[in-house]
Amino acid sequence: MSWYLSLPLIIPFAAAIIAFLLRNSALGRWVSIIGSGLGLVASIALMLVVLDAGVLAGQMGNWPAPFGITLVADLLSAVMVLIAAITGFAIAVYALGDITERQERLGYHALFQILIAGVTGAFLTGDLFNLYVWFEVMLIASFGLLILNGGKEQIDGGVKYVALNLISTILFLTGIGLLYALTGTLTFADLALKVEEVENQGLLTVVAMMFMVAFGVKAAVFPLFFWLPAAYHTPSFSVSAIFAGLLTKVGVYALIRMFTMIFDHDIGFTHTILLWVACFTMVIGVLGAAAQSDFRKILSFHIISQIGYMVLGLALMTPLALVGVVFYLVHHIIVKANLFLIAGVAQRLTGSTEVYKIGGLYKSAPFLAILFLIPAFSLAGFPPLSGFWAKYIIVKAILDIQMWFVAFIALAVGLMTIYSMTKIWAEAFWKPHPDGIEPELRTLDNKAAQLIPIAGLAIMTITIGLNPEPLVIFAERAAAQLLDPTAYITAVMGIAS
Amino acid sequence: MEQLLSLLIGVLVAAAVYLMLARSLLRFLFGLILLSNAANLTIFVAGRLTPGAPPLVPDGADAPIGVVANALPQALVLTAIVIGFGLFAFALVLAFRAYQTLGTLNTDEMRVAEPKE
Repeated sequence: MSWYLSLPLIIPFAAAIIAFLLRNSALGRWVSIIGSGLGLVASIALMLVVLDAGVLAGQMGNWPAPFGITLVADLLSAVMVLIAAITGFAIAVYALGDITERQERLGYHALFQILIAGVTGAFLTGDLFNLYVWFEVMLIASFGLLILNGGKEQIDGGVKYVALNLISTILFLTGIGLLYALTGTLTFADLALKVEEVENQGLLTVVAMMFMVAFGVKAAVFPLFFWLPAAYHTPSFSVSAIFAGLLTKVGVYALIRMFTMIFDHDIGFTHTILLWVACFTMVIGVLGAAAQSDFRKILSFHIISQIGYMVLGLALMTPLALVGVVFYLVHHIIVKANLFLIAGVAQRLTGSTEVYKIGGLYKSAPFLAILFLIPAFSLAGFPPLSGFWAKYIIVKAILDIQMWFVAFIALAVGLMTIYSMTKIWAEAFWKPHPDGIEPELRTLDNKAAQLIPIAGLAIMTITIGLNPEPLVIFAERAAAQLLDPTAYITAVMGIAS
Repeated sequence: MEQLLSLLIGVLVAAAVYLMLARSLLRFLFGLILLSNAANLTIFVAGRLTPGAPPLVPDGADAPIGVVANALPQALVLTAIVIGFGLFAFALVLAFRAYQTLGTLNTDEMRVAEPKE
């Protein structure tokens, strides 16, 4: 039944409306938390159904595909929705200790819920034009969240973010137009069938490149990532965390969807470009991080380098590489959002995010130090944390097809990641605070609201790390679906092809 | 007709790129709206043009008779126009706020959130 598909979308929209009406009272923040909690329950339910059925498809308004609005959840979509809901719930709780009353009155909670709805919609839609609409929902909410504080930095970062994202949107729209001209359809499942019949395969590659650039901007790959480090360090920490966890990953998801199901006609060309893009993204991202000294700027550049790993897995297009991508996506969203949440606590304790100006966290707040070490080491790929398995699968996939140089880059970038994580550790945690402040967790307002989400996400990282097998088996099923979309097409179109 | 519209799209994109390469944020935004209109026209042309045949279903029939215009791209374009309009309104207000808080619309001088040179 399509309720499983529509509830993860209806709940955040309803929560957004109620939170907007209650934005002047303290109830608004509880509406947001309850909404995120219900959303989490709905996405767990969806996950259970999809685990059982394989693919779940629903036609909104009962118009049959390819004419109606299709919502589809295969295993990849379902796990993305679930992880988005988990992250959303953690950040909704964290917002209690982070978001000021002024931001609440300006409608923070409503925008936050709409962002979650947009992200979920992008994961669930089975139609290219609807993907565009969900991108816009997500984009306009993220614009609002980014400039909510209205300071010089936010406006400046916002201008660059808005400008580059709007260009990518228009490219996406043009691509949709051209793809429709070639195939006469926009439903993913129908497209997967129709692209094979297109006479002019060269033109199809041109359209594929437009999508690659459009989604490449969203995913922040080299050389299209400049908006990300210009914007992600400016808003509130909750906003940074949700952006870092989810927004670029929607771009990666869209790339995976398009370049496994639809544009697989000329893998030698398109995926070779993706391969080089991925290598440059990894290297440039990690070098950029090494040059930064702001907690959040370092983390922002690391998003870019980690996106490189995911695109790399997609570029290889082997079953094992796609398993790695799915695993990486799940691991990365949890870890990255968590690191930004920790940056928020560190800033409130020490007064800055500039690592050379702060310090002493290890001595006075050892609990926070441990909570930082878990996601930081996981990001760098230390066993037995989740990041180790994610990197291991990807590197194993590269070695299997004997691309030694690419494997070298992937491993070297992992090593460089440790370098900038050690920089944060040595400066912010280890050395004494230059102003002699001894920041203690006791002094924190709403301490529980800030630390429980961080601890919860850290426990998830450890759990995945110590027991990766269920997730690997799941990722194998998801990757198999991506490589052979027959079940997906049958579920949407209703007939076996 | 398709050729004519294709040419028009080309001209729009060229003008848009020219405007967007300017330093002024306002010119950039004007370029952006030209570009978004070019995208809308692309979708419109993508559905092939059938002049003078509205897709109307006559009384008693289930489907329109004969060759009629493709209604789907028009629906897509309408949606895209509305969304584009909303985003553009936001971008204009953002530019206005940027001028108020930063005191300039010259993108070379907008470096508050960037590393020091």
